[in-house]
Amino acid sequence: MQKVTMKTKAKKAWRKPSLYGPDIDLSVYTDQAEEQMPVKDLRELPGQISEESREAGITLESGCRSGSFFQIDHSVVLASSYESGLEVMNISDALQEYDWLSAFLWKAVSVDSDKYTAQSELNRHNGYFLRALPGHKVVFPLQACLFMKQEGLAQNVHNIIIAEEGSEMHIITGCATALSVQEGLHIGISEFYIKKNARITFTMIHNWSEKIVVRPRSAAIVYDNGVFLSNYICMKPVKSLQMYPTAYCAGADSTVRFNSIVSAEKGSDIDIGSRVFLKAAGSRAEVIARAVSTGGTVKARGHLIGEVAGIKAHLECRGLLLSDEGIIHAIPELEGRADNIDMSHEAAVGRINEEEIQYLMARGLRDDEAKAAVVRGFLDVEIKGLPEQLQKEIKNALKIKEKGNYLL
Amino acid sequence: MIEIRNLTVSVDNRTILNDVELHVSRGETVALFGPNGSGKTSLLYAIIGIPKYTVESGTILFNGQDITKLSIDERARLGIGMAFQRPPAVRGVKLNHILELCLAQRGVTDSADINNCIHELQLSDLRNRDVNLGFSGGEVKRSELVQLLAQNPDFMMFDEPDSGVDLVSIQAVGRIINQLLEKEIMARRRTKAALIISHAGHILDHVNADRAYVMLHGTMYCAGNPGDILDDIREKGYEGCITCKK
Ligand SMILES: Nc1ncnc2c1ncn2[C@@H]1O[C@H](COP(=O)(O)OP(=O)(O)OP(=O)(O)O)[C@@H](O)[C@H]1O
Ligand SMILES: [Mg+2]
Repeated sequence: MQKVTMKTKAKKAWRKPSLYGPDIDLSVYTDQAEEQMPVKDLRELPGQISEESREAGITLESGCRSGSFFQIDHSVVLASSYESGLEVMNISDALQEYDWLSAFLWKAVSVDSDKYTAQSELNRHNGYFLRALPGHKVVFPLQACLFMKQEGLAQNVHNIIIAEEGSEMHIITGCATALSVQEGLHIGISEFYIKKNARITFTMIHNWSEKIVVRPRSAAIVYDNGVFLSNYICMKPVKSLQMYPTAYCAGADSTVRFNSIVSAEKGSDIDIGSRVFLKAAGSRAEVIARAVSTGGTVKARGHLIGEVAGIKAHLECRGLLLSDEGIIHAIPELEGRADNIDMSHEAAVGRINEEEIQYLMARGLRDDEAKAAVVRGFLDVEIKGLPEQLQKEIKNALKIKEKGNYLL
Repeated sequence: MIEIRNLTVSVDNRTILNDVELHVSRGETVALFGPNGSGKTSLLYAIIGIPKYTVESGTILFNGQDITKLSIDERARLGIGMAFQRPPAVRGVKLNHILELCLAQRGVTDSADINNCIHELQLSDLRNRDVNLGFSGGEVKRSELVQLLAQNPDFMMFDEPDSGVDLVSIQAVGRIINQLLEKEIMARRRTKAALIISHAGHILDHVNADRAYVMLHGTMYCAGNPGDILDDIREKGYEGCITCKK
């Protein structure tokens, strides 16, 4: 029954523009993709695909991962878990297998939010289902890659991630396109459910290209004493990226932290924000954004909604302009709906401080070395709660391109 | 080692140093006195090459080479170093990282001198913090000092290394400066030289200065024995220098 209502709702919303970001004409993208053959091991993937996905944090070696998911265009080519207690599946298979799962579809994200969510419902092309069973603590990160290979394709995936009570998992998601792809649209719905005493760290690294349009739609529901840490990194060009993930601190003492690090080259239009509803006593949220512009436009939004007494939340956004052409627009919002709440924000946007560069140059660093050190320092958000290996991988992903040279 | 001839410097078209002459020889330690706003820091900035401090005329020679047009880092790599009076905070750049970068330029990875200095100046907590971010006045001075040690330049400029430093720390600061300046060996064997800005001259109780200059309104008024000059300033104030020169 539910499916019918979802489809009906979606049909009503299929022309509804998003509140944010440029409106995209979905009709210019094709829905048809060539079927890709499954692989047993990521090492079987063609060199070019593995190369591009590596830059999005995906490793071919299974040794340091607890599971892998790989989707090319519409085809899931690999979905495997390397330990019991952890499920890694194609969402379509998982929906077949678990009757209860459909209740989690469109529970955190509304199907009729906008035309992108609608499109995803009306035209879903798989996606992943990840689940840590009760009490299971996954030590190694599990990785998921969504890859776009076909020219002009719209890729609509729907992901569901569930951490059962007392479980813990670290997820690294990489999204990338083949070098040959010019135009493309990626719509990714991700719904996270972090149950009592569970913990998810989710690190998403985007490696798109100049003409790709990206519309992720994600939301997380965090129950009692649960922890959701989300890290987002996009240091590569993208035509238009707009996302405003939302987390709901639904249970007492739940914690949410969003870190976003983005860099906009000339031609890139990034509109990114994080929103947290603090709905239960003792919940905590922290939203941290770092934006660099080497010529592109960044809108960095943040919205904290404190609904009950005894919550604490902080929003911090810093923007660094490395070029005369770039624009960084920080839009922090605090919304208190109860008394006895503690919410604050801090925003700063500016050019690189010449004094800092000169100071480092006085220590013998060349101009570009000094700049690199300052930019790297700027981006060096301390991401707490991640395994060391993942920290290292994130540091590797934080390379920024300036004037065709890697600055760092 | 350093020789400044007829140096006139402006900031935003306003002259702040006027026809300044100064020289410091190898092995020498020279003090620079002068009231607030007289141009002491500006002179150091002009020597290190901060572009905002535009050289209108005159030359700066370092070991005989005209460096007036070189960039900051070129001057630093030639062997000029500076401990800043008020360095900027650099978010995300740890003091330790700067030390590593300085050492790397000299091809050194681990330095016993640095470790001793960190210990002596009680910088072990500070080294893992963003440089100068929230540092106290005294912490800034000590952090500047260890950076100079990592850099190990031949000509060192200290901009008020003693202001804001407590009475115990100043002894340690003095010891480190003496070590940097190779004070333990005979003057004519030393390869280093220094220019030290001080108001009250506290640092000179710990570091022996050979000569001193007095700067007033962007001009050098006097040069001579540091002790005598300090006594005169204490007695007659900077007014004394003006009448003296007349
Ligand atoms: N960047 C600048 N912009 C504008 N004015 C400046 C700048 N730098 C220095 N000045 C001016 O030049 C004069 C000399 O300043 P400077 O900092 O060199 O003095 P100082 O002798 O080091 O003083 P203090 O003992 O207070 O440190 C002052 O009037 C100061 O306001
Ligand atoms: Mg000064």
